[in-house]
Amino acid sequence: MGKIFNRPEALTDAHTHYCPGCTHGVIHRLVAEVIDELGIRKRTVGIAPVGCAVLAYNYFSCDFQEAAHGRAPAMATGIKRVRPDLVVFTYQGDGDLASIGMGEIIHAANRGEKFTTIFVNNAIYGMTGGQMAPTTMPGQKTTTSPLGRDVSLTGMPIRMAELLSSLATPGYITRQTVITPKYINKTKKAIKKAFTYQMEGKCFSLVEVVSTCPTNWGMTPIEAVKWTEETLLPYFKLGEYKIPEE
Amino acid sequence: MAKVLMKGNEAIGEAAIRAGCLNYFAYPITPQSEVAEYLSKRMPEAGGMFLQGESEVAVGYMLFGASGAGERVFTTSSSPGVSLMSEAISYIACAQCPVVFVNIIRGGPGLGGILPSQGDYFQATKGGGHGDYHLLVMAPDSVQEAVEMVMKAFPLAEKYRNPVMILGDGLIGQMMEPVEFPEYLSSTPTNKDEWAANGMDTRKSDKPNLVKSLFLDPKALNDRNLLLKSKYDRMKIEEVCYEAYNTDGDYQALIVSYGTMSRVCRTAIDFLKAQGIEIGMIRPQTLFPFPEEAVSKASEKQSCKIVLSIEMSMGQMVEDVKLSVLGKRPVKWYGKCGGEVPNPEEIMDVIKEHI
Ligand SMILES: Cc1ncc(C[n+]2csc(CCOP(=O)(O)OP(=O)(O)O)c2C)c(N)n1
Ligand code: SF4
Repeated sequence: MGKIFNRPEALTDAHTHYCPGCTHGVIHRLVAEVIDELGIRKRTVGIAPVGCAVLAYNYFSCDFQEAAHGRAPAMATGIKRVRPDLVVFTYQGDGDLASIGMGEIIHAANRGEKFTTIFVNNAIYGMTGGQMAPTTMPGQKTTTSPLGRDVSLTGMPIRMAELLSSLATPGYITRQTVITPKYINKTKKAIKKAFTYQMEGKCFSLVEVVSTCPTNWGMTPIEAVKWTEETLLPYFKLGEYKIPEE
Repeated sequence: MAKVLMKGNEAIGEAAIRAGCLNYFAYPITPQSEVAEYLSKRMPEAGGMFLQGESEVAVGYMLFGASGAGERVFTTSSSPGVSLMSEAISYIACAQCPVVFVNIIRGGPGLGGILPSQGDYFQATKGGGHGDYHLLVMAPDSVQEAVEMVMKAFPLAEKYRNPVMILGDGLIGQMMEPVEFPEYLSSTPTNKDEWAANGMDTRKSDKPNLVKSLFLDPKALNDRNLLLKSKYDRMKIEEVCYEAYNTDGDYQALIVSYGTMSRVCRTAIDFLKAQGIEIGMIRPQTLFPFPEEAVSKASEKQSCKIVLSIEMSMGQMVEDVKLSVLGKRPVKWYGKCGGEVPNPEEIMDVIKEHI
């Protein structure tokens, strides 16, 4: 009997450090499958963020650089401007991209930099132990909003896909999730589209992936999926927000 | 090549191109914005790349990314801008990427002023960003020397895989002087395929390259710091540069001064010589590594009663001078830092006061 399921070539055989039920691992796999299918592993440079995915370079078998918190889009800009032939992607969390690195992502998107961002939105700071993120939901308890996020003090969660879509510069901006197989397939298609737009030199591309953080949400993996569906998805609506004109 | 009359900032931009650096990222700030203005036209003409980043924070990482991908890259800025780049400089130093920074210093702290100063000596030579690291720091005293240092900076950055900083001041950037560009000695980084994240298919090995600064294992981090230290130790042996002025005979005092300030000191020394007073000077051309031995030896001259650190800052270099002299002679500081450059008469008065 032939093998029907393999580890993508773009992934190493290292065990990931992600918590049980965390969807970071699924997203890694989708990115790797897309890299394999496009045959670009040897000319791809990934940029690892500061956040739970800081060790992403241990899991991907392509060149990597590691950015400071939030600065991955500037780094990707630097690489693409001097080596437009490379395929470059950043992999960033919501604390990384929507807080400390807000300026970098908006300007890179607005310049139409030809790289791809995988934006993992789990509504919390994972790596540092569950502090409030710009994407934390109203009333959501975190270690720095112990009584629940008070929007009169901290504002409403930032919707990055919508925000970036308001830029006049062409781009590919979409929001997906990976909580069930149906969504996983759609997310993979979106990631493939994002890389393809980059390779065609068309535009900046960003795939926001609504993800889970069972550990810091204080939930079982199953509860986390349910909470994502009931609480996050009605606010962070899935879909394609911006597509470049043909 | 014949001499041409050029403004310091423009000459710095031209020197980088002639040194084979065709990638420039920057953000405007007085008194060095002319570099970006000049290169926004010249880079495309030379087949190069210029991008105005959205902030110095971003520019720092554009440099990091480009350099990490194995390409030659540089930026120019001034004091508050360099403060913003300091985060990236710390990461770049740890990740061992060769990037050239030019700081045309203005008065500080804070927004300070826009006139010349040497107030960033500490920031440039002692770190600036977090952690244990050093830049190789060079300080020109003329437009000509600025050009030469910029051209030397790229091969040095690549030799050490370490950031190099050219520390000028507003005067070096703004004044016009005749310059002669040295013949461009073609050099390309030779070992980048061993380390740069430049795409696996550009190199023979099938091992992914990784440019990073995270070492969670304490031993690995200590090893990285020891590796960096060994580079700084090697710089101290191989890269120290200075000029000795009027130090052959006997002198009553030794001046240590660099950059624009040292030019004024030289004039004061010439005036005093005409009055029969001999003063020697050591002018560090590298601030890190600091010419400790030269200063130490020059201070030992029998006739030398005092060592004066004369700076356009509130006594920053004087600490390195003291560490070099090690108590063998009294060391005094004199300086100003509002943007006004002390004039030769003032320096003569200060010297006379002490001898
Ligand atoms: C300049 C800086 N500030 C703060 C930190 C600490 N820090 C590390 S990860 C992190 C939050 C990351 O959260 P997110 O980007 O949402 O990623 P996740 O861990 O949830 O995947 C913070 C605040 C840092 N490393 N650097
Ligand atoms: S802390 Fe949260 S985001 Fe990080 S690995 Fe664990 S579950 Fe995933």
